[in-house]
Amino acid sequence: MSVPKEHMMPMLDASLKLNKDPGRRIGIADVLYTLIALGAAVFAYYHYREYLWGPQIGMLFGFAIGVSFLGWLWPATRWLVGVVAVVSLFTVYQYGLYAPGGEAVGRIKLHEIQEGHFFLKFFLSSPAATMWMVTLFALAMPTYFFGMWRRSVFAEKVASALVWSGIAMGFIGFFARWRESYLINFDYGHIPVSNLYEVFVVFSVFTSLLYLYYERRYQTRALGGFVMMVVTAALAFLMWYQFSQAANTIEPLVPALKSWWMKIHVPANFIGYGSFAISAMVGVAYLIKEKMGGDGVNDRLPSLAVMDDIMYKSIALGFAFFTIATILGAMWAAEAWGGYWSWDPKETWALIVWLNYAAWLHLRLSKGWRGTAMAWWSVGGLLVTTFAFLGVNMFLSGLHSYGKL
Amino acid sequence: MSDISRSAELNPPKSAEAQPGAVQHRSQSVTKRILLWLTSMNLAVTLLVILAIASVIGTVLKQNESFNSYLDVFGPFWFAVFRNLSLYDVYSATWFVAILLFLVASTSSCVARNAPAFLRDIRSFRLNAQEKSLRAFAHKADMKSTAKPESLVAPIQALLERAGFKSRVKTQPHEILISGRKGGLNRIGYVLTHVGIIVILLGGLLDSKMQLKLMDALGMVKVETANIPVSEVPAASKIHVGGLQAFRGTVNIPEHKWGDVVFIGLKDGYVVQELPFKIFVNKFSIEHYDTGMPKSYKSNVTLTNKETGQEITKTIEVNHPLHYMGYNIFQSSFGDGGTKLKMKAWQLSGKAGVAQPIDSAVFDKKRFDFNNQNYQLEFTDFRMYNINPVMDDKGVVHQKNYGPSVTFKLRNAAGEAIEYQNYFLPISFKGHQYYLSGVKRSIGGQEQYLYIPADQKGSIDTFMAYLAMLSDQAKMQQIAARLIGDVSSSVDGKSAMSNEKLTQSASASIAELVHVFVQQGFPAMQAKIESALAQRKLSPEASKKAEQASISVVRSVLERAFLETLAAQDGKQEFTDKDAKFFDDAMDAISALPAYGSPIFVQPTSFEQIQSTGLEVSRAPGAIWVTIGSIMLVIGIFMNFYIHYRRQWVLLKPDEKGTRILLAGSDIRKNIDFDKDFAAFSSELMAATESKPSESERPA
Ligand code: HEM
Repeated sequence: MSVPKEHMMPMLDASLKLNKDPGRRIGIADVLYTLIALGAAVFAYYHYREYLWGPQIGMLFGFAIGVSFLGWLWPATRWLVGVVAVVSLFTVYQYGLYAPGGEAVGRIKLHEIQEGHFFLKFFLSSPAATMWMVTLFALAMPTYFFGMWRRSVFAEKVASALVWSGIAMGFIGFFARWRESYLINFDYGHIPVSNLYEVFVVFSVFTSLLYLYYERRYQTRALGGFVMMVVTAALAFLMWYQFSQAANTIEPLVPALKSWWMKIHVPANFIGYGSFAISAMVGVAYLIKEKMGGDGVNDRLPSLAVMDDIMYKSIALGFAFFTIATILGAMWAAEAWGGYWSWDPKETWALIVWLNYAAWLHLRLSKGWRGTAMAWWSVGGLLVTTFAFLGVNMFLSGLHSYGKL
Repeated sequence: MSDISRSAELNPPKSAEAQPGAVQHRSQSVTKRILLWLTSMNLAVTLLVILAIASVIGTVLKQNESFNSYLDVFGPFWFAVFRNLSLYDVYSATWFVAILLFLVASTSSCVARNAPAFLRDIRSFRLNAQEKSLRAFAHKADMKSTAKPESLVAPIQALLERAGFKSRVKTQPHEILISGRKGGLNRIGYVLTHVGIIVILLGGLLDSKMQLKLMDALGMVKVETANIPVSEVPAASKIHVGGLQAFRGTVNIPEHKWGDVVFIGLKDGYVVQELPFKIFVNKFSIEHYDTGMPKSYKSNVTLTNKETGQEITKTIEVNHPLHYMGYNIFQSSFGDGGTKLKMKAWQLSGKAGVAQPIDSAVFDKKRFDFNNQNYQLEFTDFRMYNINPVMDDKGVVHQKNYGPSVTFKLRNAAGEAIEYQNYFLPISFKGHQYYLSGVKRSIGGQEQYLYIPADQKGSIDTFMAYLAMLSDQAKMQQIAARLIGDVSSSVDGKSAMSNEKLTQSASASIAELVHVFVQQGFPAMQAKIESALAQRKLSPEASKKAEQASISVVRSVLERAFLETLAAQDGKQEFTDKDAKFFDDAMDAISALPAYGSPIFVQPTSFEQIQSTGLEVSRAPGAIWVTIGSIMLVIGIFMNFYIHYRRQWVLLKPDEKGTRILLAGSDIRKNIDFDKDFAAFSSELMAATESKPSESERPA
C-alpha cells in the first residue's frame, strides 16, 4: 500500500507547516511561568500544609508541573491559567470578606452575599459564571458557522475568542462553586465533579479546550461549528436539567463519593469523553465533505486527510486518557466496593467504549483503514460513549450512585 | 500474508528479519495455521467487538438476582434457556471467560511473534538498504548538490541529530548511505501495551470465580440454597481457610455479635467461606448531614486472629477498607440487627379503637387471633431514618426525613402476606400531621399509604376514639335519632307517636349505613342505598334525590358523631377549621380502611435500636498483577501514541556535477505529521547541502 495522493499534497505546501516546532527549546517565558506555577504551589503548601496529606501534596505539585508542561506545549493556555487564577482568587477573597476565618455561612446567607455584591451577582458566583459560559459557548457555534459560510476570518476569530472566554468563565464558575460548597456547610465541601450537573460543565469546558488545541494545531477554524454543536447540545441539556429539576443546587456527597480518587478519575474520564465527541463531530464534517464531492470542489472544510488525521489524534488522546480513567476507577472501586472490577453497568459500559475504540485504532493502524468507514465508526462511537455517559444513569441501575435522572 | 507485514511494507524489502509474519503460504502445518489465525488482526478486532457486545448483556439483564424473580419475568421456557446460557451471571459464564482467554491467547501470540522482531529492529540501522528499495518509499525527495559527497556527510548527520535521529554511515566506493532512526521506544510501547493487557487479564482471571466454579463442577463443594443459620450449613457447603485463593463474600453481623465466615453467592444459592479470624462488631454508626442524608457509614470492629489470639480494634468506613492478614474488609451495607420494639395494636373493626400492647423485636414473629382467624405479624426491619423526596408548594422537590419506621408482614392463615411500613412519629404535610402506614400488597409492588390524621396534640387517640364511636351501632342509632328528631320537630307537627316509630326505623337504617361505611367503605354504602331505593320503584330523578338525601343524612350523623367525640375528648363545643380538616382526613382514612387489608393498626411507640453491619471480605491475589499490568498498559499506550518510530536515509551518489542526493523516510503511523516533518526536513536538507530539487531518476 502506498500513501494516498492527498497525503502527499501537503508535503509540497510549506504554508501548511504545523504550528509546532518539533525541537522547541525551553525559553525564558517557559522558565518564568514554571517558576510562578511552582511558587504558587509552594505558597499553597505552606499555607495549608496542616490540611494536606500525602497524595494531595503530590497532586498539588503534579498540577503545577502539569500546567507548566501545558504552557510549554501550548503557550496560549498560560493566559487562560493566569486569568482564571487571578479571577478565582479574587472571588475567593470576596467570599472571604463575608466569611471570616473560612467559616460556613449556610445556603441562605450565601445567597444573600451573592445577591448583595455586584461582581459576585453578575460575574463571579458559580451560577453567574456558569451562565456566562453557557451563553458564550452557545454563541460560538453560529459564529463559527457564519464565519465558515462567509469565509470571514474575522467572524471565525470572534468565535474562537468566544470559546476562550467561555472556557475561562467555566473554570471561574467551577472554582467558585468549589468554594461555595464549603461556604454552605463545611461538611458539604467537595470538588464539583460529583453529579451529572457538575460533570456536564466539565464536559463542555474540556471538549471546548481540546477543540481549541486542534484548531491551533491544524490552523483551521472550520470545524468549530461542528464541535460546538455537541457542546451546545450538552448545554441545552444542562439548562433543562437546571431549570426543571433545580439540579444546580449544591448537595453534600454521598459516602461512596467521598474519596480523593474522584478528583482524578472524573477529569480523566472527561478528557476521554471530550476527545471522542470531537472525533465524532469531525467525522460528521468528513462525511458531509465527502458527500459534497470530497477535496477540490469544496474548500470551506479542511481536506479529508486533515480531518482523518484529527479524528485519529483525538481518538488516540481520548483512548489514552480513558484508559487511565478506567484504571483509576478500578483502583477506586477496589477501595470503595471491595473489588477492582464488579461488572457494574457503568464499569462495563466504560469497557465497551474502550474496546470499541481499541478496535478502531487497530483497524486504522494495522489494517490501514481510513476514510468513510472510520468516520462512520467514530460517529457511532459517540453514540456508544453517550450511552455510557448518560444512558447508563438513565436506564440501568448499578453501584454508580451519582446522577440519577 | 498476515496484516503486520502490510504495516511493515514501508521497510526496505531487503531486511527480511524486520518482516515478522512473512510466513510462506505453501506447506503450512496445522499448528502454524492456527498460530497465524490467532495472530491475525481480523481475529483481534473481532474478539474486541465480540467482547464488547457480550458485555452489554449483563448490563441490560440484571445479574445475580434470585432464580425465582427471573422465573417470574421470563416464564419457564425462556428462564431455562437463559439459565443454560448462564445469562444470570454472564461475566463468570464459561463462554464469556473463554472469550477472555481467547483474547489472552491472541494477544500473547501476537506479542510473541512481533516482539522479538520489533526489538531487534530498533537496534538495526538498516545500512544495507539499496537505492531501488529507497525509491519504493512513499516519502522521498531527490536533490542535487554541487558539493562532494564526503563533505556532505557531517552536515547531514548534524541535521539528523538536530531532528532527533541517531545515525550511522556506510561508505562504499560508489555511494554513501547515511541512515537515521529515532523513537525506538515506540516499539517497546507496543510490547508494554500488549503484555500489560495479558497481565491484567490473567490477574483478573486469578481473582475471578473460576476456581470456585471448578470446585463446584468437580463436586468439591455443594451450593446451599436454604436460608439457614451458619451453624446448620452442612460441611459440604463450607470451604476451609485457604481453600479458595480468591473470593469476594459478604456477611451481616449485628452489633455486639461476631462472625468468622462469609457467604459467596453461587448459582441460585451460596457457599460459606471460613476466615482465619473473628470479626466482633462493637458498633455500627451512621452520621448524617443536616439534610438528613447519610454522610458516613462506619463499623468499629475487633478482629481476633484465631491462631495467635491477637486482637486489633479498627474502624471500617466506606472508601476506607481494612487490610488484615491478606484479606480486605469493606463496609458494604447495613441493616437491622434485631431492634427491640414496643407497639400498640389498635383494632380497626369489631371493638375498634381498643389498643393492646405488643413487645417484639425485628426478625421476631407474633401470632394473634381475630374473629376466629389466625394471623401472624412478622417484623422484618427497623429504619431510623426515612429520607423521601417531597414536593413543596412551589413544586420544588426536597428531601424530607419521615423519622423511624418499622416494617412488618401480616400473614393470614392461608399464608398470604401484606407488607406494611409504619412510622413512629406523625409526619407533617402542608401543616397537618398524619400517622403514615405504607402498604405493599405484592413483592416489588407499588407502595400505597394510609394517612391517619393526628389530633391537635399530635396523637392518634382522637381518630381511634372517633372510629370507636362509629363502630358502636347503638350509639350511632342514638345520634341518628336525635338528628331526625331535631329536623322533624322543626318541620311539622305530626303526632309524636308516629314520629317516634318512624324515627326509630329510620335511625336504625342510618346506623346500619354508617356501619357499612365503616366496615366496607363508601361504595358499599352507596350500593346498599341504591338497592334499598330500587325496591321502592321511584322515578330515576326521585331516586337520585333520595340517594343524595340519604348520603347527606349519613354525613350529618358522621359529623355529629365527630362533634361528640371531640366533646368527650376535651369538652370542646365549637368546630374550627382545623377540626373540619381533621374530619375530612378522617373520612378519607376510614374510606381507605377496607382496602388497608389489616384488622389491626400497629402503632409503633418506642424502640431500642440494634443495628447490624454488612461487611464484604475479599482476597485478591491477582490485584497486584492487575496494578502492574495497568501501569505497563498506560506507559505503553503513551509511548505508542506519542513517540514516533521513524527512519530516514540519505543516499549520496557522486556524479559529474557534484552529488545526487536521495532522501527517503518511513514512519509506521501514516499520519500527516510525518508528511509535514518530512517536508520540513527535506527543505532543511536542501539548505544544509546547498542543493536544488531534481527530477527523480530511475536507478541505473
Ligand atoms: C484489549 C486488547 C488490546 C489493546 C488494548 C491493544 C492496544 C493497542 C494499542 C493502543 C495500539 C497502538 C495503536 C496506535 O498506535 O494507533 C496497538 C497496536 C497494535 N496492536 Fe493491539 N491491543 C490489543 C490487542 C491486540 C491483539 C489481540 C493483537 C493481535 C493481533 C494486537 C496487535 C497489535 C498490533 C500488531 C499493533 C500495531 C503495533 C505497531 O506496529 O505499532 N493487539 N494495540
